[in-house]
Amino acid sequence: MRDQAVPRVVAKLLIPYILLYAFYVQWHGDYGPGGGFQAGVIFAAAIILYALIFDLRTAQQAIRPRVVGLLVPLGLLLYIGVGIATMLKGGVFLEYGVLEHDPVHGQHLGILLIELGVGTTVAGVMITIFYGFAEAVSDR
Amino acid sequence: MIDNHLPILQILLPLVAAPLCLLLRHRVVVTALAIAVTWVTFAVSVALMATVLQQGPISYELGGWPPPWGIEYRVDILSAFVLVLVSGIGAVVATWSPASISVELPRYERHYLFYCAYLLCLTGLLGITITGDMFNVFVFLEISALSSYVLISMGQDRRALTAAYSYLIMGTLGATFILIGIGLLYIMTGTLNMADLALRLQDVADTRTVIVAFAFLIVGVSLKMALFPLHLWLPNAYAYAPSAVTAFLAATATKVAVYLLLRFFFTVFGYDFSFDRMQLWIVLMPLALIGILTASLVAVFQNNIKRMLAYSSVAQIGYMVLGISFASVSGLTGGVVHLFNHGLMKCTLFLAMGCIVYRCGSVHIDEMRGLGRRMPWTMAAFVAGGLSLIGVPMTVGFISKWFLVKAALEQGLWPVAGVILFSSLLAVVYIWRVIEVAYFEEPLAVDGQGPVREAPLSMLIPMWVLVAAIFYFGVTTELTAGIAQQAAASLLGVVP
Repeated sequence: MRDQAVPRVVAKLLIPYILLYAFYVQWHGDYGPGGGFQAGVIFAAAIILYALIFDLRTAQQAIRPRVVGLLVPLGLLLYIGVGIATMLKGGVFLEYGVLEHDPVHGQHLGILLIELGVGTTVAGVMITIFYGFAEAVSDR
Repeated sequence: MIDNHLPILQILLPLVAAPLCLLLRHRVVVTALAIAVTWVTFAVSVALMATVLQQGPISYELGGWPPPWGIEYRVDILSAFVLVLVSGIGAVVATWSPASISVELPRYERHYLFYCAYLLCLTGLLGITITGDMFNVFVFLEISALSSYVLISMGQDRRALTAAYSYLIMGTLGATFILIGIGLLYIMTGTLNMADLALRLQDVADTRTVIVAFAFLIVGVSLKMALFPLHLWLPNAYAYAPSAVTAFLAATATKVAVYLLLRFFFTVFGYDFSFDRMQLWIVLMPLALIGILTASLVAVFQNNIKRMLAYSSVAQIGYMVLGISFASVSGLTGGVVHLFNHGLMKCTLFLAMGCIVYRCGSVHIDEMRGLGRRMPWTMAAFVAGGLSLIGVPMTVGFISKWFLVKAALEQGLWPVAGVILFSSLLAVVYIWRVIEVAYFEEPLAVDGQGPVREAPLSMLIPMWVLVAAIFYFGVTTELTAGIAQQAAASLLGVVP
């Protein structure tokens, strides 16, 4: 759809704001509606829109499949890592309160990091699934 | 400090190792990591077992939230027993697997994906067993199921894809039914913790919602454990999956579903509701008996030996459910101990099949002519597993059948005891077919590649560890039958 002016211009205008909104949902998740899963999906939607309007190869040059593949395990490891950190600090698995001196701050930090892990993995998985199907179609 | 964290370490170790496999990617490193992690996981489960035997049930509060609100991991004697089986089989099969998957997954250059899915599947199965939270059961059920669909679809044969697909459909149906059951219970009680649920259910046990939830859970769990007539996904899935996957899943996945059956109907609903009011045995016993007979009969006519063993697995699930349907201490002991024993012997048999696939490329019965001479150690292990399947004394199979027949006779059910003995004869028939071909026929003509050789030691040693276990637990029963008896007594709420 690269040759169609309206979708191209609109996509170019919108994609930065979609990404920004993804980060808003990500970091605001513990105060309002949202969180890691939704943020990951919105982030991935922006990349998928880019790949649909321009083409798959251009999108893959910007967001390399190899990097996306790394996001999936890294997000999960971040999540588990927070749990292990709380265990090392003397709490039980995922007991965020022990992360900081003030348990309330600890809860905030813990949930923020966990949601970041979720967001990373979800975005990675969504983009990987899209790349997988899109490559299979474009090879045909 | 580490003692307190044992329940979470049981899940955490394979769960951390799975994404690490994706990051490391190097074949030797990933294989070594998987083997090391599975053995440490096994050690953790043995430590849990020892702790439970000394101090009674262990509870672990995730995130520091106390039980009815937070997720609780609860290890009692039954779950510790199943954890030891699952993690032990996981470790043995992982050790056995490198040579096998290098031959069976040639299209998959990236073996790290195999180990990633394998470790996730192990995580899921262990999680189902360890958790004391109903919704957590469903989450882990999905983790283990999704990764096992991936593992099965890696089979060489293209039919592995359809087998994995039909397992996906049936497995998803089963999981959905379980989820609906859990949801209905949650509506009625407002709690997901199993122990809390058991208390609160007593007030609302008369409502139709609870009865419907009960029915949904029966069907869901029966689908997952391949109870006749819901077993149709199993034979193809086991026959076309890579050998390592078949050996792992056959010994663990359906066993964990049997564990869920026990957990739901004895711990959550309780004996009085499940067996006195709902008469669960009226459903379970006939299905178990028909399953034992028909699946054994069908097994006799299979020429693909992996498929034959898969049908035999359906029959063996029947034995476990039969033991449970007696709802007596000796019946439950038979069911629980058979869960463990069948895991050992079926894993041995499928590992032997894997060795044959490694050398001959097929497990069709015609390919096995004269293998008794060509691969003496592999076939000897097969014979050991087969004897145990039949129930010959000195093997584990004898122990489980002893308890089952005893339980049947206690209740005066002579025909049921007769069915157990008759189906053992059917097992003699289908095991003998293989032995006859392997030991009493001339080896196949050699076509240029030199004669078939014995499987490598890296495969033989793990397999023979299981053979040793078959005979060890067939003679010394304090550990297996003793623990199963305690588990049965605690499920029924009686003092042993």
